[in-house]
Amino acid sequence: MRLYWKYVVILFKSQMQYRASFWLLALGQFLVPFSVFAGLYFLFERFEQIEGWQFHEVALCFAVIHMSFSLSECFARGFDNFSGMVANAEFDRVLVRPRGTIIQVLGSKFEFTRAGRLVQSLLVLAWAVSRLPVEWTLLKAVTLMLMVISGTFIFTGIFILAATLCFWTVQGLEIVNIFTDGGRQMAQYPLQIYRKWVTRFFTFIIPFGCVNYLPLLYILDKAPGNEWLYMLAPLAGIVFILPCLFVWRIGVRHYRSTGS
Amino acid sequence: MKAYVSVFKLRLFHGMQYRAAALAGIATQFFWGFIIIMVYEAFYSQGSIDAPISLDELISYIWLQQAFLAFIILWFRDNELFQLITTGNIAYELCRPSGIYGLWYAKLLAQRLASALLRSMPIIAVALFLPQPYQLLPPSDLSTFLLFAMTLLLGLLIMVALSMLMYISVFVTLSPSGSLLMFAVLGEFLAGMVIPVPLMPIWLQNIVNLLPFRYSADFPFRVYSGHIPYNDALTGILIQLAWLAALIGIGWFAMAKALRRVVVQGG
Repeated sequence: MRLYWKYVVILFKSQMQYRASFWLLALGQFLVPFSVFAGLYFLFERFEQIEGWQFHEVALCFAVIHMSFSLSECFARGFDNFSGMVANAEFDRVLVRPRGTIIQVLGSKFEFTRAGRLVQSLLVLAWAVSRLPVEWTLLKAVTLMLMVISGTFIFTGIFILAATLCFWTVQGLEIVNIFTDGGRQMAQYPLQIYRKWVTRFFTFIIPFGCVNYLPLLYILDKAPGNEWLYMLAPLAGIVFILPCLFVWRIGVRHYRSTGS
Repeated sequence: MKAYVSVFKLRLFHGMQYRAAALAGIATQFFWGFIIIMVYEAFYSQGSIDAPISLDELISYIWLQQAFLAFIILWFRDNELFQLITTGNIAYELCRPSGIYGLWYAKLLAQRLASALLRSMPIIAVALFLPQPYQLLPPSDLSTFLLFAMTLLLGLLIMVALSMLMYISVFVTLSPSGSLLMFAVLGEFLAGMVIPVPLMPIWLQNIVNLLPFRYSADFPFRVYSGHIPYNDALTGILIQLAWLAALIGIGWFAMAKALRRVVVQGG
């Protein structure tokens, strides 16, 4: 863990060398989800609700998912860019060092400009929380935290899976974007509005439903039956990372250097 | 002219090389399209509000948007051009016996065309035969289709002219990322990429109509579905031509000015 923070500090310093560029990029990153959110706002202004969900409820969903996404993009960016590391055989160097591979890849890159995205979704979150006609309790606050954490773990898990594929394909695969960008796009709305096959896939295979839908029901007092189940659903999202890490290990064992 | 054509051809073939990437892109765009359509389906299912654009028209809007993504996104980055400017290799480009604006314009145009040719045909072919709610309906008659093709092409030319302005700005700033990202995000929003222009509130639509962005994406797609009637489409084409002339003029002028002061960065 100490090593990890050292990586973070070094990379932060290096990115701060180009200060103006850093701030501009962060601002740009702020605007990306902002334009999406503006779109959401305009849609709700016209249609008022989506299958019984109010604007503030969807805004909460939006904020949680975008926060998780920006957090995992910030911290797990190393996995996102992993294809480059395999292609020029930089990964050889990682293997000979006496530390775990995961921590080194994680530490190879941080995208601090994603903080812009994070700030934007934090603002939306605060605004949605203050507007929702919900009685906030400690348990609900904990659930909300769990949602964000769990989402971060899921996105990181997908990044790891995508990186693992690079061991076989060398090149990065654009198709993985379906699950990262596509997953983000989809999980902005409560999962219930989609067709059954989408809902099922994204609850049981990639557990986005455990992040943005089931616990949301609990927070909004809409959960039928056992509340605890809904509240603890985000834990399933955290568990998702275990098989991903397992696959990563298999991948590392299969690694053949490109030698360049 | 011949030089521009050959640069154009070269780029086109170059872009066609990446077939696997195109396939992955197609899959992504299909998923994306489905998700967006389902969201609108849910919005429209309430039925109580009379929307300014019907669901069928909206669905064709979305599929066309996915299919011609390469035509309409502002941020179609060519790192090669950026590197030319920031590393100083621009000096070689300047030695070439043809105008640099035309050369780059042809390059960018070919790049978008290659990418769109690979992606749009399969997407449209499949979308035409999807089951009912998701189907891309064919245009009502031949003249609508011809109008669509024309507006789309003009829109592409406008988009390339716009993106040329972005490249020219790099001469001044030397750092391509931040400011251009902002410009791209704003431009795409105003082009109706985030939500379709007819669904925006009226005050915003008034602003959007004054700017060139919507003429590259929103306008041709609505011509296709017949949401913009025949006569309005013809006026729209005139506006497109005016914008195109203006944007190329500005680009040409700015490029000439930037080149006069260009500092070749070592290299």
